[in-house]
Amino acid sequence: MSPYARRLFKDRLVAAACLGAALLAVAPLVAVLGHIAVQGVSGMSLALVADVARPDAIDGGAATGGLAHAFAGTGLIVGIACLLGVPLGVAAGVYLAELGDGRLGQAVRFSADVLAGVPSILIGVTVYALVVIPMRGPSALAGGIALGIMMLPTVARTTEALLRLVPDSLREASLALGMPKWRAVARVVLRTAAPGVATGVLVAIARVAGETAALLFTAGDSNAMPESLTEPTASVTVKIYEYALSPSPVRHAQAWAAALVLVAVILLLNITARAIVRPRASR
Amino acid sequence: MKHPPIDAPADAKMRAVGLSVQYGEKVAVNEVSLSLLSNEVLAFIGPSGCGKSTFLRTLNRMNDSIEGVKVKGSVELDGEDIYAADVDPVLVRRRVGMVFQKSNPFPKSIFENVAYGLRIAGVRDRGILAEKVERALTQAALWDEVKDRLDESGLGLSGGQQQRLCIARALAVEPEVLLMDEPASALDPIATAKIEELISELRKTLSIAIVTHSMQQAARISQRTGFFYMGKLVELDDTTTIFTKPNERATEDYITGRFG
Repeated sequence: MSPYARRLFKDRLVAAACLGAALLAVAPLVAVLGHIAVQGVSGMSLALVADVARPDAIDGGAATGGLAHAFAGTGLIVGIACLLGVPLGVAAGVYLAELGDGRLGQAVRFSADVLAGVPSILIGVTVYALVVIPMRGPSALAGGIALGIMMLPTVARTTEALLRLVPDSLREASLALGMPKWRAVARVVLRTAAPGVATGVLVAIARVAGETAALLFTAGDSNAMPESLTEPTASVTVKIYEYALSPSPVRHAQAWAAALVLVAVILLLNITARAIVRPRASR
Repeated sequence: MKHPPIDAPADAKMRAVGLSVQYGEKVAVNEVSLSLLSNEVLAFIGPSGCGKSTFLRTLNRMNDSIEGVKVKGSVELDGEDIYAADVDPVLVRRRVGMVFQKSNPFPKSIFENVAYGLRIAGVRDRGILAEKVERALTQAALWDEVKDRLDESGLGLSGGQQQRLCIARALAVEPEVLLMDEPASALDPIATAKIEELISELRKTLSIAIVTHSMQQAARISQRTGFFYMGKLVELDDTTTIFTKPNERATEDYITGRFG
């Protein structure tokens, strides 16, 4: 074999190995999505999203009911999380990007990165100690606080990154027009970065919507539609966990179907997030 | 080196006295004193990094937002020190507008770009806004080109049009002084000619200080020219004098192309 042929062979060998590794890395995702799709479709019914839990045959009933209360609960909890996490996160991001070059900024940035890596069960335990115990029970509010805390680092860091992408010339233009700095940031810088910030928020939502551990003992569980922020509230993920452990095949099917819906929603959020950014990038 | 005598006639619009600017340890502008007269175009020339842009930016306190910048000396606008402790830089910038080297329209419509400064200043009346926007765009010689598409994005204009849009935006708030930092350096010759024509026209109503890398440009549009070198104002005189018989050797070397 000539040296050139040998090099060519090695080149192709490495390329093939990398391709193989890449495919191997994607394989689990395909497997998970495929499995959920196959299992989930069979348990899918209108009742799943329209009806609340009914006693299964195994519990002495006949109807299957659905998980409408869990979907509503997740929506409620994620909504509370957004109310807390988005304004705080965006404000923190603005601070980091516009003012946070000093010691304090470094500390906040580092804390946000650490917070992003804290296992969600620990956030759940903390909220349990600080919110659930004083409130004498799990609630949608406590669950929302836990998820809101989890959203904070993602929202803050994406906001920061996107504000830093806004050219300084726009800041200078606003200042040179006699705009106070806070107004320049709010009306020009933040507005310019808005699509990107929205993306960060959607990604954060997608992440916490599938969260289970942090909800186990903060939001609790329930078999009825949520009626108050201070009562135990069902969520899709906790229900999947619960139903997966149940002996009833009906419950298993419902868990799969709920998982399919959840994955579809999260996928949709991610796709929307990408769609918001794309026209910006090509402009 | 002695700095040139301060020529500060009573009607000077702006006056810098012993102005120095430091970035950390580096002295960017060293003891500069000069005045900007009413209705004149004052050009600053000099090699890159000589401090002329930094000096220009002290005239409306644009350096304030840069960390580690220290300004010494004073800058007067109509006889009042704009660096005095009780002066709000925001209000200074409403009187002393600025146009930058790179056109920087907001990602908004043409109309909104020009109306922006007015809105900040509290103008709400749609009629007044429309009138002032038209006047500013006319002053900036852009009205005829954009009057039918005021709702389109300012980013869709050509480079020269964008720069004139930025000039219109600065003019809309009716500043008394306009600072221009190489406003035509990124433009083609035709767009440059338009901007230069515009500057000569604007001189009738306000004072203009302009930094330029083009000596021909300085010669064409300015009444007086200052030559900056290594942070110092080497010489400031009538533009014709500077370009025909400068007093300082360094100025002559620079304008004849021996360095820089």
